[in-house]
Amino acid sequence: MISIKDVRKVFPSKQGQLKAVDDVNLEIKEGEIFGVIGYSGAGKSTLIRMLNGLELPTEGSVTVAGRVISKIRGSELRKARQEISMIFQHFNLLWSRTVSENISFPLEIAGVGAAERQKRVNELIKLVGLEGRENAYPSQLSGGQKQRVGIARALANNPKVLLCDEATSALDPQTTDSILDLLVDINKRLGLTIVLITHEMHVIRKICHRVAVMESGRIVELGQVLDVFKNPQQKITKRFVKQVTEPEETKETAEHLLEHCKTGRVVQLTFIGEAAEQPIITNLIRNNNVTVNILQGKISQTQSGSYGSLFIHLDGHDTEVDKAIDYIRSQQVGVEVVTNE
Amino acid sequence: MNEERYFQDIDWEEMWEATLQTLYMTGISVVATFILGILLGMLLFLTSKGNIWENRPVNIVISAIVNIFRSIPFIILIVLLIPFTMFLVKSMIGENAALPALIIGAAPFYARMVEIGLREIDKGVIEAAKSMGATTGTIIWKVLLPESMPALVSGITVTAIALVGYTAMAGVIGAGGLGNLAYLEGFQRNQNDVTLIATIIILIIVFVIQFIGDIITSKLDKR
Repeated sequence: MISIKDVRKVFPSKQGQLKAVDDVNLEIKEGEIFGVIGYSGAGKSTLIRMLNGLELPTEGSVTVAGRVISKIRGSELRKARQEISMIFQHFNLLWSRTVSENISFPLEIAGVGAAERQKRVNELIKLVGLEGRENAYPSQLSGGQKQRVGIARALANNPKVLLCDEATSALDPQTTDSILDLLVDINKRLGLTIVLITHEMHVIRKICHRVAVMESGRIVELGQVLDVFKNPQQKITKRFVKQVTEPEETKETAEHLLEHCKTGRVVQLTFIGEAAEQPIITNLIRNNNVTVNILQGKISQTQSGSYGSLFIHLDGHDTEVDKAIDYIRSQQVGVEVVTNE
Repeated sequence: MNEERYFQDIDWEEMWEATLQTLYMTGISVVATFILGILLGMLLFLTSKGNIWENRPVNIVISAIVNIFRSIPFIILIVLLIPFTMFLVKSMIGENAALPALIIGAAPFYARMVEIGLREIDKGVIEAAKSMGATTGTIIWKVLLPESMPALVSGITVTAIALVGYTAMAGVIGAGGLGNLAYLEGFQRNQNDVTLIATIIILIIVFVIQFIGDIITSKLDKR
């Protein structure tokens, strides 16, 4: 569906050349929800803008739905853009138009007749759950409602690809979840390919099938979301994974315990898929002569299975503790001894 | 009886005719300024850095023309435009003779306000329209103009009020209207009541323009 080949984007700046995107190769499949995560300035915004030709690559080619976006111009590009919709962090609605009129705008651009437009607008309003707000102006809507208008507007011309530019970054956590649910629903119902960029691992965890991690213009890690959670390779990826698996207070609790418990060890266990549902702690206590103190635990759902993490304090004879850790390892559970360094 | 003593010099018919002349000059020049100013302001905006028709030379030329005509004092502009006006209207007397100077004096002033109004539009909205495959024409008619309309209307209100003032100045050198009346009948013949009434009528015109402008602006603004 989407193919990015050897793409490089260089911006001229006062301090010389700024490499926003550097040698990126990506293949995104039809019907996939693909996430790109990175901190601001990583180049993800530039990358997503090359998918609909708002930015042109300095080198390389971008192909979306059979069209070479990086080559085409004028009316051909405009035609292609009707099939590649975009939603934005700040919604970018026209304040001078009502909800209905905003959703109608891309249909006007596509030259759809008035009666047909009205029909389509009504369908879309229902799809995104904005019944009763048709004649409101954007200024009268909440952030979540505005993004729903943005999504309805983006879906108006039955696009093949939906690009989400930090679409939930301006929303509160609850609204973020409802918008993400809506995106998953649309993906399943319409088979739409979704590419999103974000700096929140929560968004990736909740809806993406695959993820690419970007750092200073390059893709440093790429894979299935669950695999990346299970086995993050790069330092930056580990930091992102920690955003969801390890709340702030966990670290403090562990540090506190390490200071106070001179014996035993604090261990972090990570469970993927099946393993998350095994009674591993019960077995651990039955088979080993150790005491187990549960510090903190959490299970997160991703699109392709669950992912859990558990912090425990193991106390007992050193040899017993080592035996216990070996036992856990044998259960296909990730183990990391937390040390105070 | 009193009234007659205070306003004995006033020929009300003449006053009414002068008022109509002022309204005529203001009306025509406001409409023309609105169109020409939006045209120039839109060009200034579109050719500026980072916009759809980014073009530095064109931008510099338009900007220079706008700045020059905006800087010339109106009374001097009328004199400078005499050959142009003679060519166009074939006369320097009467309301129509004032129009070229009024429009050329006001349009660049308004063009700058239009440019400022357009710059206030969120860049993201223009980007969104582009991402939907909008043509430049669609972006101008369906995004730029509607989204800046409150600024365009409040700008033309200010310009219209300035134009009322300009018509009075144009009146002094023969264009007719209330300014002409106040100067010839009021000042030169020392009939202060004529000057006073002409001033009051001009004030009323200005207040009405401001009032209408404010109402339309607040009606349009859905932010």
